[in-house]
Amino acid sequence: MQVSMTVNGQQRTDEVEPRTLLAHHLRDNLGLTATNIGCDSTSCGACTVIVDGLTVKSCTVLALQAEGAEVTTLEGLAGPDGELHPVQAAFRAEHGLQCGFCTSGMVMAAVGVLADNPNPTDREVREGLEGNLCRCTGYHNIVRAVLTAAESGPAAGRVPTSKQEVSA
Amino acid sequence: MIPAPFDYVRVSTVDEAVAALAEHGEDAKILAGGHSLLPIMKLRLAVPSVLIDISGVEELSYVRVEGDEVAIGAATRHHELEKSEVAQSEVPLLPHVASRVGDPQVRHKGTLGGTVAHCDPASDLPTALLALGATVVVQGPSGRRSIPITEFFLGFFETAMEEGELVVELRVPRTGSGGWGYEKFTRRENDWPIVAAAAVHLPDGSVGVALANMGGVVLKASAVEAALAEGKSIEDAAELAAEGTSPSSDMHADAEYRSHLARLLTKRALKVASGETGASTAESTAA
Repeated sequence: MQVSMTVNGQQRTDEVEPRTLLAHHLRDNLGLTATNIGCDSTSCGACTVIVDGLTVKSCTVLALQAEGAEVTTLEGLAGPDGELHPVQAAFRAEHGLQCGFCTSGMVMAAVGVLADNPNPTDREVREGLEGNLCRCTGYHNIVRAVLTAAESGPAAGRVPTSKQEVSA
Repeated sequence: MIPAPFDYVRVSTVDEAVAALAEHGEDAKILAGGHSLLPIMKLRLAVPSVLIDISGVEELSYVRVEGDEVAIGAATRHHELEKSEVAQSEVPLLPHVASRVGDPQVRHKGTLGGTVAHCDPASDLPTALLALGATVVVQGPSGRRSIPITEFFLGFFETAMEEGELVVELRVPRTGSGGWGYEKFTRRENDWPIVAAAAVHLPDGSVGVALANMGGVVLKASAVEAALAEGKSIEDAAELAAEGTSPSSDMHADAEYRSHLARLLTKRALKVASGETGASTAESTAA
């Protein structure tokens, strides 16, 4: 079947099998391999992307369920000139990663947390990231990174949209 | 893991969904958020030949007051229920329990109708709906019918829905400022409950109590409700919480421990509902 969606500001129309998962569509058909597949069972959050402004685990969403949607992956966060999104910058500044496998999902989930709550407490960050696992157990720096990103203001919860991308 | 091949049908009205169910027969499944269905399809525990996607059916997404009740569309997502001002003021147990389901990503996709139709005995929201004495409205080829939730959950993943029917609405009483409590015991915050208890003061003056994961379906704590109606204390009534249940033993807990949890969590939920104590937090929960 044909599926159309806007991915990181670009309109994409592709032919997919109905059983194609969004995570596989992004990685295999669109070449956006920042989105990792970890547990493949809706537990670890490594495959978190943002669909129409809300975080989802793309291993448990059919590509067809994103028909007409605006999808943002980690590749779509940085500005057109390569300027890091405030959450990416904060993860780098606070060393919010160890092996890095969970990082793309963790960053996307963090943007979702800050979009919902621009000034979270430490506990609210932990609750907001409850769907993302770090097998290195590097949670302290991850939480610190999200709190640092929040200090940079509402931009930390901003999800780039196609309109912003096009005008940029 | 990738599901077995299937055909995909997207519908935009309930009538189209009912027509598609009739056309494709018993091998067709309704897809809403997909967060119960897709995982079991990936494990090939379910192999439907057709998925009928109702996630774009706008007429199934609402939370509104209708007379003495709050009516909630079946495709209302958990996070929408969580944030609904109508739900927060009219039946605050539900948005709270919605906020305890899974994690934010799951709540962005999962739907109230989906969790009811899926009929998992450990589900949070069906437990709350059972305590509230909800009505499940289903629609099929012969029209709409209402099923009391006490007659809806028949067995392990088995409901009172007939072939060709789908859940379209949940109706619950407006409890307003009536007290409520939901106590859920998990090893990790976003896990399914090992046991959970919901208690809510209903407009007719009774107290509804229900339990998750104490048998093949979510269960009413009928003995507790009867004891409270007779004027027994919370402590005495809660001692009866495991009566009539059939908890399983698994790697998380054995049946005896689940029975203990049912009594303890029922007591806590009732005390929170009566205003005696505050709700347990992740830090204070110990059983």
